[in-house]
Amino acid sequence: MAFLSYLIGGLGLGSVYAIIALGYSMVYGIAKMLNFAHGDVIMVGAFMAYFAISKYHLPILVGVALAVVVCTVLGVVIERLAYKPLRHASSLSVLITAIGVSYFLQNSAMLLWGTDTKIFPTVLSGSLNIGSLSVPYLTLITILTCIVIMVVLTLFINRTKTGRAMRACSEDKGAAALMGINVNRIISITFAIGSGLAAIASVLLVATYPSVYPTLGSMPGIKAFTAAVFGGIGSIPGAFLGGLVLGVVENLSRAYISTQLSDAIVFLVLIVVLLIKPTGLLGKKVNVKV
Amino acid sequence: MKFNSVMKSGLAALMSLSLVACGGSSASTSTGGSATGTAAFKLGGTGPTTGDAAIYGQAVENGAKLAVEAVNAAGKVALEFNFQDDQADGEKASTAYNTLIDWGMQVSIGATTSGAGQALSPLFVQDDIFAITPSGSSTAVIYQNTETNTDPYGNVFQMCFTDPNQGVASADYISANKDLGTKVAIIYRNDDNYSSGVTDKFKEEAEKANLDVVYTGGFANGTTDFSVYVTAAKDAGADVVFLPIYYQPASQILAEANKQGYTPTFFGCDGMDGILTMEGFDTTLAEGLYMLTPFAADATDDATVDFVTKYKDAYGETPNQFAADAYDAVMAIAQALEKAGVSATDAQADITAALKTQFTSMTFDGLTGTNVTWNENGEVSKAPKAIVIQGGAYVSAE
Amino acid sequence: MKLLKSLFNQHTRSRTVTFALVIAAYFAVTALKASGNMTRMVSSLLVPVCCYIVAAIGLNLNVGFSGELNLGQAGFMSVGGFTAAIVNGLTLSVIPNDIIRLILCIIAGAIMAGFVGWLISIPVLKLEGDYLAIVTLAFGQIIMSLINNLYVGVDSAGIHFAFMTNTLSLQEGGKMIVSGPMGVTGNTMISSFTAGFVLILISLFIVFNLMYSKEGRAIQACRDNKIAAETVGIKVSSTKTLAFVLSSALGGAAGALYMMNYSSVAATKFDFNTSILILVYVVLGGLGNMTGTVIATTVLVMLPEMLRFLSSYRMLVYAIVLIVMMIITNNEKVLSATESFRRKMKKKGA
Repeated sequence: MAFLSYLIGGLGLGSVYAIIALGYSMVYGIAKMLNFAHGDVIMVGAFMAYFAISKYHLPILVGVALAVVVCTVLGVVIERLAYKPLRHASSLSVLITAIGVSYFLQNSAMLLWGTDTKIFPTVLSGSLNIGSLSVPYLTLITILTCIVIMVVLTLFINRTKTGRAMRACSEDKGAAALMGINVNRIISITFAIGSGLAAIASVLLVATYPSVYPTLGSMPGIKAFTAAVFGGIGSIPGAFLGGLVLGVVENLSRAYISTQLSDAIVFLVLIVVLLIKPTGLLGKKVNVKV
Repeated sequence: MKFNSVMKSGLAALMSLSLVACGGSSASTSTGGSATGTAAFKLGGTGPTTGDAAIYGQAVENGAKLAVEAVNAAGKVALEFNFQDDQADGEKASTAYNTLIDWGMQVSIGATTSGAGQALSPLFVQDDIFAITPSGSSTAVIYQNTETNTDPYGNVFQMCFTDPNQGVASADYISANKDLGTKVAIIYRNDDNYSSGVTDKFKEEAEKANLDVVYTGGFANGTTDFSVYVTAAKDAGADVVFLPIYYQPASQILAEANKQGYTPTFFGCDGMDGILTMEGFDTTLAEGLYMLTPFAADATDDATVDFVTKYKDAYGETPNQFAADAYDAVMAIAQALEKAGVSATDAQADITAALKTQFTSMTFDGLTGTNVTWNENGEVSKAPKAIVIQGGAYVSAE
Repeated sequence: MKLLKSLFNQHTRSRTVTFALVIAAYFAVTALKASGNMTRMVSSLLVPVCCYIVAAIGLNLNVGFSGELNLGQAGFMSVGGFTAAIVNGLTLSVIPNDIIRLILCIIAGAIMAGFVGWLISIPVLKLEGDYLAIVTLAFGQIIMSLINNLYVGVDSAGIHFAFMTNTLSLQEGGKMIVSGPMGVTGNTMISSFTAGFVLILISLFIVFNLMYSKEGRAIQACRDNKIAAETVGIKVSSTKTLAFVLSSALGGAAGALYMMNYSSVAATKFDFNTSILILVYVVLGGLGNMTGTVIATTVLVMLPEMLRFLSSYRMLVYAIVLIVMMIITNNEKVLSATESFRRKMKKKGA
């Protein structure tokens, strides 16, 4: 029973990683850049939800909506101001700019909202009891949300016109542009969706682990990046699977092997998996043309 | 052309954001000045005012500033204060320290965090400057040899308890009060000097005091999920959970225990102070929480009430133990300077020697303790107070 | 043939320029220091600047030259630094001369980091692109985690190691060198700016020699077109391993110099952020451009300190400077302007 509850806890944590990783992976797929500021967008989302719910006593869904709107706008603005001028620069230059954006967001948050940790109010307590196993509703909702997002996103990418345009851009931007696709618009949409997802993840994150502070996003950001690569970067089911596996491995190794070395174990598993499958769990094998 | 306009609007947005930010907090590094017309002592200090640990540095800076104002208003000693950001990092602390040396620092409140403080201690010796750190509680801040706690630096003193002392005192308190529980679980932060320092000594002392430590779990910085730790402590049958950590992760552990319906006695150290004043924290979660701390913002003695009121007026928040220790550190320096009768124009060696003599011979009454004394190694001796949270307020557990 | 010759000349020129720059900077700084015109703040930055330059040169060999994104350079600095601290603790009583001990520490740090780099290169170089990057990040984190739980002490019976919990019971007169999360404490500070300067010269010498050697051209060929390089019979793995090991050894040497400059350093100092910081120096200095790396590192290490007057806004301003610098240096107009300027200069020179 203890094992099951650790497993479910791990799935809950993994679901949050997975939603963040989806954003990472989508942006990577389309813009071919590692958006290290993604974690800090989560932080902004968490603060927005905190202010809405705790300060202005708005209903939780309004808080989520506010976080989504602010993060979506923020994501698009960041893309326009910081990344778009670098569209033709090397991916490393964009990476460094993303790090600059990350510092900027963190330090702005510190100056605007203070450095003290704020506690996110309890929005949902209680748990589902099956025999001696008790599963918090919040964990269930987190896992369900994650599954819904994954399904909707997959349908969106495969079934809609915009989704097809996104896939075209990720295959070949030049050819996509020739086919009449507005590449800049598609990239903006990708950032908007990725950041919106980050906002949802942020609310789930702070509802489960109720601390809100300016550097909140950095560790989940790194973990989600790991999860995205783990699953095969650019792949949506891959990001989902990668997030879940990472969360479960992290929780189980903490419970059964060593609390002190759980991070080391997570990364060790990652290395082993990549050695067996060099492009991640569900990554595409890219054939290099000569 | 288009690019230019984007650039311009981007810069404009950045600048307006910065301006908005300017309204948010006040930024000044140097306060005070000569109150009586005599030359002021240049008092320096470093701490993280940006980055992960910024909360601690800012609290120390704020607390020290209040004390400097109070000292200057009293008019017996004049102080000029300069506080530099060290991002809780040894390298940055060393640069911050040298910035202060360029400014002409004569006496210091050291570094806020132990990690940075350890890097600064030899520099204080090298430049023969007296320092008393409000919160750098590691033994490595005052001793060169941390295995035996010998070979003290000599002119670095501590206003706070050393980590081992807190561990020993906590274990002794728990074993002396069997009604708290006898099976102990420890949840601590394993990549943190303070937390692991307290834990090591607690375990050692617990063994001597026949306390049964049934579970020890260490977490790393940035950990969000504490369910594993709480579940394990619960499964191990612990009825006391010792939390030698700061209040932010502690608040998460309390919430998690509540979620799991686990109700042991929680026991914290001085890092726990501040938990009741966290924005948005449900104080009922902390009901029955014990802690050993020299300072509680809810205490009703005149000095504490006065300090808390002034602090709230000036910075709009409740002071934590970092601010209180910083206030005391500056007050102790002022008391020593006054008693020693040195002047700011004296030679550096004379000022330092006089301060050392005073600190090892005087007793000090402050916010964080009465009849406080120091030994020649710089270790403080003051009585930790056991406090329990009842009805959302601190109550003496004695 | 003519083209090849001019190419070669260009290389030697850039090499000469880099060496001249570093040597001139050294003498300028030394003169300034001797005349007492240098503030303590600036002089305390000299050694860390040297450390970061060496680490960045090493990383540039990896990222710029072999084209592998390495996100774990701080891990190698950590290995080098902690090895150096242990060597220093062991030899303190045997070798009284600081300079000899420092050299020993740096060599030990470089060898150990190079060895760890070699071990890590076996799995790492099987991967490519971002997968390679994430594995270097993972190794950096693992190294940090392991060293964070390492306890090393020395007493009359020799050296003692412990892992996870401090089980060392040292004899009378024993001394802890590494104490878990506390890191290295009570280290004797023996680094100097001159040592840093010499280390920079040595690293530049090694890197340039590799870059313009047969192996170096092979590495470049692999970076630019792996398949083409393979078809002409270049052994991809061995040359890349060489570059990776050298890069980590330089990181280790930098870490050793860094460690010896402070009395206390914790394992968490060499975290992901530090790796990223060094990467920023490399990218801003220009991939494969050693002169650029030296200048960018110096400027970027100094910058936050120079912004101290901004108080709590300084890191915000630093972030903005970083973004704006990246955008400007990649702006096509600026690029074409510098290009035409360079051409004009060339014409004048010819």
